[in-house]
Amino acid sequence: MSKRIGLEASHAVAEAVKMADADVIAAYPITPQTHIPERLAEMVANGELNASYLPVESEHSALSACLGSVSVGARTFTTTAGQGLELMHEVVYVASSMRFPVVMAICNRALSAPLSVWADHSDVMAVRDTGWIQVFCENNQEAFDLTLWAFRVAEDPRVLFPAMVHLDGFSLSHVIEPVILPEQSEVDRFLPKFQYPFALNPDKPVTHGAFGPPDIYSEAKVAQEVAFRRSKEMILQGWKEFGDIFGRYYSPVERYKVEGAKTLLLTVGSLSETAKIVIDERRAKGESVGLVRLRLWRPFPFEEFRQAVKDTEVLIVFDRCISHGTVAPVFCEVRSALYDEEKKPNVVGITGGLGGRDVSVNDFGYVIDRGVEIAEKGSQRMLETVGIRGEMVGIRG
Amino acid sequence: MAGKKLKTAYDFTWRDLEVGNILTEAGNASLRRTGDWRSERPILDKAKCNKCGLCWLYCPDAAIKVLEDGYYEPDLYYCKGCGICAKVCPREAITMIEEEEK
Ligand code: SF4
Ligand code: SF4
Repeated sequence: MSKRIGLEASHAVAEAVKMADADVIAAYPITPQTHIPERLAEMVANGELNASYLPVESEHSALSACLGSVSVGARTFTTTAGQGLELMHEVVYVASSMRFPVVMAICNRALSAPLSVWADHSDVMAVRDTGWIQVFCENNQEAFDLTLWAFRVAEDPRVLFPAMVHLDGFSLSHVIEPVILPEQSEVDRFLPKFQYPFALNPDKPVTHGAFGPPDIYSEAKVAQEVAFRRSKEMILQGWKEFGDIFGRYYSPVERYKVEGAKTLLLTVGSLSETAKIVIDERRAKGESVGLVRLRLWRPFPFEEFRQAVKDTEVLIVFDRCISHGTVAPVFCEVRSALYDEEKKPNVVGITGGLGGRDVSVNDFGYVIDRGVEIAEKGSQRMLETVGIRGEMVGIRG
Repeated sequence: MAGKKLKTAYDFTWRDLEVGNILTEAGNASLRRTGDWRSERPILDKAKCNKCGLCWLYCPDAAIKVLEDGYYEPDLYYCKGCGICAKVCPREAITMIEEEEK
């Protein structure tokens, strides 16, 4: 029997890594991710989890160690946040290009300066192009479920790409909620043993990470991209099988009260739960609003996204990150995904929740009203924000 | 593209690459012309050579082949022109010349 217990999201991630029976964990602690490696180190120390725990000297080393560990066929996990992900950055690209399926949980954190340990999506957006499968969690159950699922998809021999599981720092990572933990036998049914087809073996030597001169590099990148786009099929299949075993079915784009909605709010991450409260309130008042949430961020779920928003009039995209010198990243991407569509909503972008700033139910109310107002006035010219003191001047896009 | 000797450096498509560009067979560098960007080339003067084999031992690219008559000679298909063989030769039997000088 599965059991329902109160669990911090960080510990839910650690629990998933334990139930996945990871072989190697190499991680460096950094706020707000600390509770994940702490709990895993404890599990390894007290014998709950039979794995090698490598207390490395930096995040760059953490991920580098993970690549070595996958290359011999070990199930491998790491975790970081914000500045740690930045220090890892070089190796993040190497992992996906060399097709090493590491699973990494990231407790999303703003980037310095000013120094901040609190949540936003600056760290995610800096790694959006790195070729990792990426999902955003909304709550603790998803933190557990998606971590488990990530191993399954990343290690699938038809995929072999690393995967990032994003959870907002503090506002999700440190929240305690009821989580349903499955039976080990169910987990074992869902997650087969990792069989890395190119594991280093002295009887059959191979070379990983060879030089790629100009006559190879372009072809290598195209081959990688084709394979990455194709991983979508196994991403969906993984969710289908997850649902069949555990009873919770996930999709790349979550739709909440979207039926006939003239206005849709688009969010990523844990703030979606707050936004849903506003949607409930507005629906109760008879307003025609709904919410779509991107669960899958990479590879971008073009089809499901277009399907989800095609009948709406106004799509308000909420970004938790500033892209200096241009429009906000999720907004940019979403607007571009709709560019070629004949029938498309008016897309408006609003930014907020930077560096851990709370975005309240009222704030989301403002986001919806302001978004509709901008859409009615015509195209958006300004950087639109919520919860920032002082007027926005001279920022036109 | 394992084991395939390429006619030109561009004789393959992206479909021919292994997952993660892994090279699945050891020693396949011998199939590639690694000596195409040399700026200097070693020239052997057999008259000075005493067949000691130091050049063969030191060449970082294993580009020196053993001839049937026991002499050692740089193979220009692989030689990168680093000049180490010329440096270590106790008999000064190898000289480096500019690649342009035919
Ligand atoms: S020049 Fe360098 S690469 Fe060429 S044969 Fe001599 S040692 Fe080898
Ligand atoms: S090191 Fe000089 S002497 Fe010795 S084998 Fe090579 S060329 Fe001949």
